[in-house]
Amino acid sequence: MSTTVETATDIRSFHVEIPEEQLEELRRRIEATRWPSKELVDDRSQGVQLETLKALSRYWATEYDWRKAEAKLNALPQFMTEIDGVEIHFIHVRSQHEDALPLIMTHGWPGSVIELLETVGPLTDPTAHGGTPEDAFHLVLPSLPGYGFSGEPKEVGWDAGRTAQAWAELMNRLAYTRYVAQGGDLGAIVADVLGRQAPEGLLGIHMNLLVTTLGAPTPPPGDTEEERAALDAINTFTTSGFGYFLEQSTRPQTIGYSLLDSPVALAAWLLDHDTDSYYKISGAFVDGEPVGNLTRDNIVDNITLYWLTGTGASAARWYWELGQAQAKAHAAGQAPPDASLPVGFTTFPGEIFRAPRSWVEKSYPNVTYFNEVERGGHFAAWEEPELFSDEVRAAFRSLRTNGGSS
Amino acid sequence: MAEKTTAAPRPAPLPAELDAGAEASPIRPFTVEIPEADLRELRARIAATRWPDKEAVEDDSQGVPLALMQDLARYWLTEHDWRKCEARLNAVPNFIIKIDGLDIHFIHVRSEHDDALPLIVNHGWPGSIIEQLKIIDRLTNPTAHGGTAEDAFHVVIPSMLGYGFSGKPTSTGWGPERMARAWAELMERLGYTSYVAQGGDWGAFVVDQMGLQAPDGLLAIHTNMPATVPADIDTALQAGDPPPGDLSAEERRACDQLLRTYGQVEYARYMAARPQTLYGIADSPVGLAAWLLDHNDADGQPAAAVLSALSRTTSDSGELTRDEVLDNITLYWLTNTGVSASRLYWEYKGGFFNAKGVSIPVAITVFPSEQYQAPRSWAERAYPNLIYFNEADKGGHFAAWEQPQLFVAELRAAFRSIHDKRRSS
Repeated sequence: MSTTVETATDIRSFHVEIPEEQLEELRRRIEATRWPSKELVDDRSQGVQLETLKALSRYWATEYDWRKAEAKLNALPQFMTEIDGVEIHFIHVRSQHEDALPLIMTHGWPGSVIELLETVGPLTDPTAHGGTPEDAFHLVLPSLPGYGFSGEPKEVGWDAGRTAQAWAELMNRLAYTRYVAQGGDLGAIVADVLGRQAPEGLLGIHMNLLVTTLGAPTPPPGDTEEERAALDAINTFTTSGFGYFLEQSTRPQTIGYSLLDSPVALAAWLLDHDTDSYYKISGAFVDGEPVGNLTRDNIVDNITLYWLTGTGASAARWYWELGQAQAKAHAAGQAPPDASLPVGFTTFPGEIFRAPRSWVEKSYPNVTYFNEVERGGHFAAWEEPELFSDEVRAAFRSLRTNGGSS
Repeated sequence: MAEKTTAAPRPAPLPAELDAGAEASPIRPFTVEIPEADLRELRARIAATRWPDKEAVEDDSQGVPLALMQDLARYWLTEHDWRKCEARLNAVPNFIIKIDGLDIHFIHVRSEHDDALPLIVNHGWPGSIIEQLKIIDRLTNPTAHGGTAEDAFHVVIPSMLGYGFSGKPTSTGWGPERMARAWAELMERLGYTSYVAQGGDWGAFVVDQMGLQAPDGLLAIHTNMPATVPADIDTALQAGDPPPGDLSAEERRACDQLLRTYGQVEYARYMAARPQTLYGIADSPVGLAAWLLDHNDADGQPAAAVLSALSRTTSDSGELTRDEVLDNITLYWLTNTGVSASRLYWEYKGGFFNAKGVSIPVAITVFPSEQYQAPRSWAERAYPNLIYFNEADKGGHFAAWEQPQLFVAELRAAFRSIHDKRRSS
């Protein structure tokens, strides 16, 4: 990595340049992996399956080429800027269409900006991707604090609220006076909080995970068949798929030792998210049949980014902050302020649960867009970048009527 | 590790007349002999550790702190000597027996007092038989340790399946119920027709199951992590609701302690859900060490008793030392049992501390730094045939390891009535 001062402002351009020794060291560690015995079941119910992880690590050590990922990243304009004491890394691609709508889009865990790379073309250059100039966005893709090339907070308190404030400052620094925000997973939490903070210039938000119902003190209603199915899916997730959340929100440092010292430990930890994405990703390695854009290279790019930046523990700490913030809010008995600005939402079928329109409308008073699509899961932007981009375009279309950006 | 199929000259070899079921599966003497290459490999990995940055807090609220782990790793790499632990293990008779399709490793030390009471002691997680090494001589040879010949036990200490030198299950089903049955068979195979059983942590779950199964010959159990919580209170506490009913001060204290404990057992919830995903505890020594250290007791997470042991280099009274903590971690590493041991949490679908309905004679010692201090009122309800109840004045979750003298005094007192009855019958 190297940074060079580009202008007199405190925004510096950034390029990824990982030293070759680090890549050799990574391969050496993968090859020296000491494996546990095989799980005792034939599915993912005990965790990431040995066969899947062995296939991944074989590919990682022998075929995979990080330099291609590096080239993909460096093909986009990347920057660093210090906000509130933390260095924030971001990709910033301005559309050639001057009146494009500025959009800040936030990745989640176990993701990174890698999740969002394939949406850059459709969103910033719509005419080359089946859209019209009116669909264009100026795109800002920051790395969350503690993730990827962003700095790691050295103090507590970097929760979603502080991150959202940093994003508003970032857009301000980029001179975007009217913009929108988008996110899935942790990015949806940031978008939700941004919506509630409603900083000046924020026109609306779009999310692809309904964060108001996960870990909510009172469960959402189960009156319709759709709602009951969603409740069942949430229940399945919180009883069997929630382990990473519990561990990261309480003891991020403890699991962090494994995540920093063992590439396969890191890979397993990052693969063990929801059932839908796990089997899609597992299939890419075991059967050679990727689903959508969840290819072996894309998956390993993301894991390798975590490894090379040494961010397994610092990324996990974000959940600790989330847990602290939730506990504080719970103890204070405070409901967060409403997000009264326009909210768009897309339900992807493979998501942890299929959020019914009724829940979205109950969560946000001003839902201006809702759609349920036919493909895609938790990593919607990663898995189905074109479809996802269509949704982002559609969700924000009504907010462009006043035109203009910076 | 080397298994010997012929009996070698050993201290207190198994008397031939006790080897009753030899035709079913031989009981093979076992010696721990870790290849030097394994130890070199461990040291190389510790030396090559890639560390995370320091936690963002000044306490242990985000997990095991970096400074502590780095100190421990330095000592592990440069000073800890596994061969000393190996020698301690090999100074007692170790055996392997196949039961229910799997090899079970156990230590078996017969007292020279022939009418000693046979006792099977079951370790827990994140422990191993290393937790019990300091109680063996005190139990089997009481006259050398302030006791009388009437205090003597024949001691059997198995490694749970998936732990230490025991085999790793290759199919599901090896929960505490099945281990309890295996232990009863083990005692039978050793020719013990009447015996008692003891356990803490997972060992407490196993001896509770033994109590429920009440196999022929099992006279009583002693537990230092009793499951006494009444069903309605357990349900309320699990849900985070205020406990129902009119509680005594002791019962209220226990509820508070349980609530604290339930907030410190994410490691258990994680292993119950995703044991296989813990690849790091197979591949990274510091990853394993941190995972094993992050178990709570009443005074902290990591357990205060273990943290204070990390600065204790020797102890005349048998209190836990840094070397013993590393002996245990090193045993997990060398046997690559981090993940297989975790699977026990996945196997078990029952409650933690809820009363299980054991009706055979039960003895309880409450140690003050245990997860919760079981009130006598609950203990009497949960175990209607309570033959002994005492509150020790020190010691915690790893009672046998932390306070071996006190622990042994408790076992002697707990089983005295059983001993007397057995001798007079």
